[in-house]
Amino acid sequence: MIGLYSPGTSLIHRAPTLLKLLLLSLCVLLIGTSSDPWVASGAAAGVVLLFLIAQVPLRAAVAQIAPILLILLVAVPIQGLLSGWTVAALMAGRLIVAVALAALFTMTTTVTAVLEAFQTLLRPFNRFIDADRVGLLVALTIRCIPLVSDIVREVLEARTARGTRGSPLSIAVPVVVRSLYAADALGEALIARGLDD
Amino acid sequence: MSIIHFERVGQSFGDRTVLHDVNLSLTEHRIGIVGANGSGKSTLVRMINGLVTPTSGIVTVDGQNVARHARDVRRKVGFIFTNPDNQIVMPTVQEDVAFTLRRRGLSAAEIAERTAVALEQFGLSEHADHPAHRLSGGQKQLLALAAVLVAEPATIVADEPTTLLDARNARRISELLQTLPQQVIVVTHHLHLVEEFDRVIVIEDGAVVADGEAAESLAAYRALLQ
Repeated sequence: MIGLYSPGTSLIHRAPTLLKLLLLSLCVLLIGTSSDPWVASGAAAGVVLLFLIAQVPLRAAVAQIAPILLILLVAVPIQGLLSGWTVAALMAGRLIVAVALAALFTMTTTVTAVLEAFQTLLRPFNRFIDADRVGLLVALTIRCIPLVSDIVREVLEARTARGTRGSPLSIAVPVVVRSLYAADALGEALIARGLDD
Repeated sequence: MSIIHFERVGQSFGDRTVLHDVNLSLTEHRIGIVGANGSGKSTLVRMINGLVTPTSGIVTVDGQNVARHARDVRRKVGFIFTNPDNQIVMPTVQEDVAFTLRRRGLSAAEIAERTAVALEQFGLSEHADHPAHRLSGGQKQLLALAAVLVAEPATIVADEPTTLLDARNARRISELLQTLPQQVIVVTHHLHLVEEFDRVIVIEDGAVVADGEAAESLAAYRALLQ
């Protein structure tokens, strides 16, 4: 979701966010609980079809799914040796389909749409939970990931430029300090933009 | 345009006095504030938006005491920070501009329309769905400006808006600030940015040491730097 949204006007892009969330949850539940290889195969075919309908860039889609393949490179042989190759293949299929579905959701749904869906879901609990505040919290969390990632990169670059090789603590301390400064500045910006309550 | 008054304003952080006994009336269209690092100029402009509350004296915007009516004042006074990265809240360009219009009682269609107009004005339409954190420094500052101006404030306060930008982007932001119909108050080290302004104030050690037409004040500041 951090810059993963792929703009488009496909049916999947236009579908209501709550419906997409519901279908995503149901599909992952079904795939996760079924031990029938035909269900996994059908789900895989369905996912390919959904990606074709969404018309998201192939490279971006592969980039989303690739990390799970690296994990499976280790997990599948272990599972195969312990529980048999059919079980290992089924596990791999389930994971790939679930991750692909989640990736499709993030690539076709804006953060604002997700926040609005959260607010709709939390509306019945308005007496106990401030849905708007929860939405803002989620948005800020998503926003802070690239911010902290940039801080880590800059600290590592500064270390390289100075030709030093410090302990993990020598990275952690400046990262934490700079993150706190950034959080302070972000808080100030939120106040300036009228979100001061 | 807003009428901003500083009445005997002082600010201290612990033992350190940052501003003392500042009296100002800001009514001009374009006002520049210059001074050395640590002179108190950023603290001064932060008071206009209620980001800093004075330890003595009062700051008013259109007669409203900022310390008491900060929320109302912030609807009139938009603030641009030095580092636009700290000002971007939402992941995409379009969402960040639209974010300003939350809680303003506007319909989704109105928010979308005003956001589109703001993006068009700042040449960001083609980046609308792009991740905000991947924009260039200049584009991020343009986004910060768009996100503030979409709320149609009467006054824009910019705290060193060009400090982190290259010469080309600094000139672009500078030209934009010159042409805005809103009252613009700019804190800067780039003296050329305020050369055409209606008024320039020089701050030194927490006090106003020169205040008047741009040429006159800038000459006083240059003399101070010698």
